[in-house]
Amino acid sequence: MSVLVFTESEEGKFKKIAFEAVSYGKAIAEMLDTTVTAVSINSNDASELGKYGASKVLQVSNDKLENFNAQAYADVVSQAAKKEDAQVIIISSSANGKFMSPLVAVNNQAGYVANATNVPESVSPFKVKSTVYSNKAFAITEISTDIKVIGLAKNAYGLKENEVSITSEDFSPELSDNDFKTEVVSVNKTTDKVTIADAEIVVSGGRGLKGPENWGMLEELATVLGAATACSKPVSDMGWRPHSEHVGQTGKPVSSNLYIAIGISGAIQHLAGVNSSKVKVVINNDPEAPFFKAADYGIVGDAFEVVPQLTEKIKEFKAQNA
Amino acid sequence: MKILVCISHVPDTTSKINFTENDTKFDTNGVQFVINPNDEFGLTRAMWFKEKQGASVHVVNVGGPETEPTLRKSLAIGADEAIRVNTPATDGFSVAQQISNVVKEGEYDLIIAGRESLDYNGGMVPGMIAKLTGSNFINMCIDIEVEGSDVTASREIDGGKETLKTSLPLVIGGQKGLVQESDLRIPNMRGIMQARSKPLHVKEPIDSATNTKTLSFEKPAPRGAVKLVDNVDELVNLLHNEAKVI
Repeated sequence: MSVLVFTESEEGKFKKIAFEAVSYGKAIAEMLDTTVTAVSINSNDASELGKYGASKVLQVSNDKLENFNAQAYADVVSQAAKKEDAQVIIISSSANGKFMSPLVAVNNQAGYVANATNVPESVSPFKVKSTVYSNKAFAITEISTDIKVIGLAKNAYGLKENEVSITSEDFSPELSDNDFKTEVVSVNKTTDKVTIADAEIVVSGGRGLKGPENWGMLEELATVLGAATACSKPVSDMGWRPHSEHVGQTGKPVSSNLYIAIGISGAIQHLAGVNSSKVKVVINNDPEAPFFKAADYGIVGDAFEVVPQLTEKIKEFKAQNA
Repeated sequence: MKILVCISHVPDTTSKINFTENDTKFDTNGVQFVINPNDEFGLTRAMWFKEKQGASVHVVNVGGPETEPTLRKSLAIGADEAIRVNTPATDGFSVAQQISNVVKEGEYDLIIAGRESLDYNGGMVPGMIAKLTGSNFINMCIDIEVEGSDVTASREIDGGKETLKTSLPLVIGGQKGLVQESDLRIPNMRGIMQARSKPLHVKEPIDSATNTKTLSFEKPAPRGAVKLVDNVDELVNLLHNEAKVI
């Protein structure tokens, strides 16, 4: 018996959500009186997983798995689960994680809960809390199958150090042609910028910025903060910014530590998508903007004055605290 | 090509979310239900396949009679036939089993679902249908072209997009991008009249396993009032010392 954690990596490096998933898996393993086994695909150095509580890592190295492939990745995890006699399988509820998890659930005849936020309330019966209704509520769900698949919401449980000694094992799952019936033809992504999914801080702009030509100041602020840039739905609908930057209910979800909304009024659909961010700052010249009701900190003022001042101030702050 | 579009019947995005019966049931009082937005992008893309490539388009929902207005709206937008599997949608896996049975019986080539529904947000049904029917699967799909049984599609990835090649039968988890917001269709009077006479089949459910059960709901704790500050010095100070996020 064990808790199996799929640890996401990119270009050989683990993502932060991988360490979160291991931290969370370790807490569940303790409730079940067992240990955590991680499974990783094409990662360089898996020893760091031990810091968060993984006692063992199954390392898969396979050139055919260089690009994410839900079918094949799900089969890797399912075979690892079988080998390790996993009772609980943890997969981050990231874009790729949500793509592969339903396949893993069916493979293992497992009940699946996505977007879990807390460790289970109890393990027998197995009850876990997750976000539903676009972060407007939580549900407590009981999973009745022998094997459980849990999708962990980003930035909900956090990182918990819990060092154990870790052993590494090469793992070569059997993959068939069936796993590769969907192939990647091309990938088109910006590589020089922090992505919304990985960012600790997101700087987001709305219609209040008046036009795409004014995004320079927002990008400068994002650069000094090491933040990703995002936008509201009208901004992407008008073509001021690419669709991939649209955050909100029908766009990308944001669960960063800090979300700075500039010139965004805060429509309910926008708030639904950014609600799980920890701290929200609103800069808007309209004191009645609904976003102020959902924010932690606010400045009522003209973005064209406030944003450059904020950028300068943060530069100063970074220089002092470097 | 036979297309099946899966339609979730969900509270309108502006709805206030409340629960009744000791926080075990969603309170439908005063709530307007709509076609799940992610499904509506897919339905509109299906209309394109119907008009340009002669595809037939059916829609399916798993739920009680209260979901029929949502299916009728899908017919008014242009779907040819609707199927309602007459059982409450309580668990993703049981819904996926019901829809997979419809897929097998109807021999559909392309199954279009939304990447997630706006109620449970689990995003699990499309992938489970793919696995249960042995179909290929592309999630977060933002573009799809079909030639014969060859499919070229794109999916959104962190920071950009990925173009993929695959083949029918295929399940997609669709979202905005399949069509643009401005392409969505509001049913016109003719569509609404026609929808009344289009077939809406009520199908009894097959035996299915239920793996999860929602026991209760909670609402997040109310948040404190916003702290308004006058200048950026104070803001940076608070973000560093109080919120500890920079």
